[in-house]
Amino acid sequence: MMTAPIISFKDFSFQYDSQTEPTLRHLNLDIYPGEKVLIAGPSGSGKSTLGRCLNGLIPQSYPGKMSGQVLINGQAIKTSTIFDLSMQVGTVLQDPDSQFVGLTVVEDMAFSLENDQQDQATMRTDTAKWAQTLELQDLLTHRPQELSGGQKQRVAMAGVLIDNSKILLFDEPLASLDPASGKASMALIDQLTHSEDLTVIIIEHRIEDVLQQPIDRLVVMQEGRIVANDQPEPILRQSLMAQLGLREPLYLSALLHAGIDLDNCDHLDQLSRLTVPNLTEKLQAWSADITLKAPIVHTEPLLTLTHLCFGYEPKHRIIDDLSLTLHRGEMISLVGQNGTGKSTLSNLITGFLTPQAGQLSFDGQNLAALSVKERADHIGYILQDPNQMLSKTLIFDEVAAGLVLRGLEPATIEKRVLATLKVCGLYEFRHWPISALSFGQKKRVTIAAILVLEPAMLILDEPTAGQDLQHYTEMMTFLTKINREQGMTIMLITHDMHLMLEYTDRTIVLGNGNVLMDDAPANVLTNDAIIEQASLAKTSLYTLAEQNQLNPTEFVAKFVQAEREAR
Amino acid sequence: MQHQLLIGYADRKTFLNRLSGSTKLLSFIGLSIIGMMTYDTRYLIGIMLFSLVIFHFSKIRYREISFVVSVIVGFSVLNLVMVYVFAPHYGVSIYGTEHLLLGSNQHYFNLTTEQLFYEFNLLLKYTFAVPLALIFLMTTNPSEFAASLNKIGLSYRVSYSVAIALRYIPDVQSDYRTISLAQQARGFEISKKAKFMTRVRGGIQILLPLIFSSLDRIEIISQAMELRRFGKGKHRSWYMAQKFKAADYLTLLVVAVLIVIGIALFHVNGGRFWNPFK
Repeated sequence: MMTAPIISFKDFSFQYDSQTEPTLRHLNLDIYPGEKVLIAGPSGSGKSTLGRCLNGLIPQSYPGKMSGQVLINGQAIKTSTIFDLSMQVGTVLQDPDSQFVGLTVVEDMAFSLENDQQDQATMRTDTAKWAQTLELQDLLTHRPQELSGGQKQRVAMAGVLIDNSKILLFDEPLASLDPASGKASMALIDQLTHSEDLTVIIIEHRIEDVLQQPIDRLVVMQEGRIVANDQPEPILRQSLMAQLGLREPLYLSALLHAGIDLDNCDHLDQLSRLTVPNLTEKLQAWSADITLKAPIVHTEPLLTLTHLCFGYEPKHRIIDDLSLTLHRGEMISLVGQNGTGKSTLSNLITGFLTPQAGQLSFDGQNLAALSVKERADHIGYILQDPNQMLSKTLIFDEVAAGLVLRGLEPATIEKRVLATLKVCGLYEFRHWPISALSFGQKKRVTIAAILVLEPAMLILDEPTAGQDLQHYTEMMTFLTKINREQGMTIMLITHDMHLMLEYTDRTIVLGNGNVLMDDAPANVLTNDAIIEQASLAKTSLYTLAEQNQLNPTEFVAKFVQAEREAR
Repeated sequence: MQHQLLIGYADRKTFLNRLSGSTKLLSFIGLSIIGMMTYDTRYLIGIMLFSLVIFHFSKIRYREISFVVSVIVGFSVLNLVMVYVFAPHYGVSIYGTEHLLLGSNQHYFNLTTEQLFYEFNLLLKYTFAVPLALIFLMTTNPSEFAASLNKIGLSYRVSYSVAIALRYIPDVQSDYRTISLAQQARGFEISKKAKFMTRVRGGIQILLPLIFSSLDRIEIISQAMELRRFGKGKHRSWYMAQKFKAADYLTLLVVAVLIVIGIALFHVNGGRFWNPFK
């Protein structure tokens, strides 16, 4: 390329004042105008730090030692303020909810213009223009609580695009969206890149989802260094992803399972254009070679819901005449669009909410008679955000708290807590303060604090959100282990299609207040109507099977079996 | 979902809604100050009637405010009782005469017409101010709130933190609910079944995670605001600010006249008190 880079890192290192080791080490990276760049890497690889250097949060909000140079549109970040940089780089934060500053959509869009002391007429023209581009016209007077995740993200984009900045930085844009909204969001970003001449930088570890739209460059980071910086295709071809602790696209894993040499493949980064010699024959041969094992069937009913009804307002029911039976020992995924009542349903089960009609029975016992505390002895509920559950300073105390409150003997408490800590892999940390733990470890402490009460069933809300492949695998291996070894019934509430496919045996799709489908995950993810209705997304496996005249359901099931065996 | 504890804004389509927030804030502050200063019973009755009439026009329904009103009534009664308990002769010292109704003038606790009259004046003050406060809060769009605070001279940073607090009340409420239920599931009994001290201890268990999650929220929101240049200039403009219209000037004029009357009465009475006992 002949043009000058719009962003340029030259031998750049950075160390936070609060840390003993540098987070970024000798980075060299040039990004050119109009490029769409994906920055990926496991947690702690420095990818978020790199983002903070671009928008000026470093050094303004996070002081530290810098060496080398970063130029953004010719401006050195060392000598620019966060305000100068915000004219160049628009940032869309991970959680669109926390980015929402205004009381209504239109005020939020106008927020930066207000700070620039623009007059009301200009603000009205500009907000109207961007509301039209991002299809927000009908939402202008709505409050953030009334918007879906995808809508909030569009508001966040409008709020930075209104500055006409030419660089747009997305920090994990997919983290809080359901699969369908995530897909729509990626398509919108791609469209804006072209229509507004933007340079787009996406920080995300869900590579397959970002690759749904073409990407010009993939930068992979590890331990503060750039370990790969190329077009996506060569990186995928060398299978670098798996080596670097990142998740490969599913279709790529399928190709590898079928023994296909990636060197012979073209357009590896775009499934729709993928060309592999004799692909169909090879996949069919692989598929014919695998016999599906009969799934393990669980038949002992544990939790039975009959004709359950609930609504915050009497006329509008969120759960409407829902009946369902969960069996002992099952590993279940509960999926559905944001706001369809997944959390409401689990709150009804745990007694956080009281149904207006219908019955819940657990192991033959009517749950209506039990308080929240008594139900917790049978059914443990783990919130998505561990910080909402942790209330002690030491790990041991946190895990022991439930038992102490139940008035058990100190000796018994100690025995049970230590045993649980061992199961959860936290035994070595037992004297640590909770504040010293990583997000994933905190999550495990909350699970331990519930497990110690010896419930027969666990409900986990997004157990793997915000965790990279390594931590994700650890967490799921652990849950699979307690499911297998202790016969624990586990229900996972999730947006992650991969999680549902690979780790659960039964998927319950919620929609319109009722169960839309209750089947094996592979069957759910190959049912077009359900995918559409519940805002799920087709996986690339489905498309791959279809393109090669294979039965998608069977192919997906075989793939899952092969993956589980390889684990 | 829950009983409405907090009073809220709604567009009730009255002329009060159409007034600019600054007008309502200035009027509220102006009338409150003069009302708090004067003890002229005639004047207090006058502005009390005025505020009740305006309140009627605001179309605020009683059930929206029943909770808040009962709290205010409770505190007012308590206050009046306490005034009597601590200073049962205050009326006598103000008005300089003593008309005994109950007890003898040797006793600490006796009842005089002067004391009753003084406390009646206090009651009037509460009654006139409450409807005005409710009108201001419930007819001013929260979005305009910050703009009007800024307009009457408060720094925009402080004004905006008020708006942000309003923006986050629902989120913090739902956080509180979630945390509280999660802690109850662990075994912290905070329902009415438990003893008082246990409930207090349970409450602290909720507070800690709530404070931490709120601090996180504040950090992220302040970064989000800086990234969009909040705090860059000495001033900022407001999308929702309303220009003054004829009705605003008229309202301010009426309020000014009322205040002038109040001040004029100071001269007529030769002080803040109107004395019917002389």
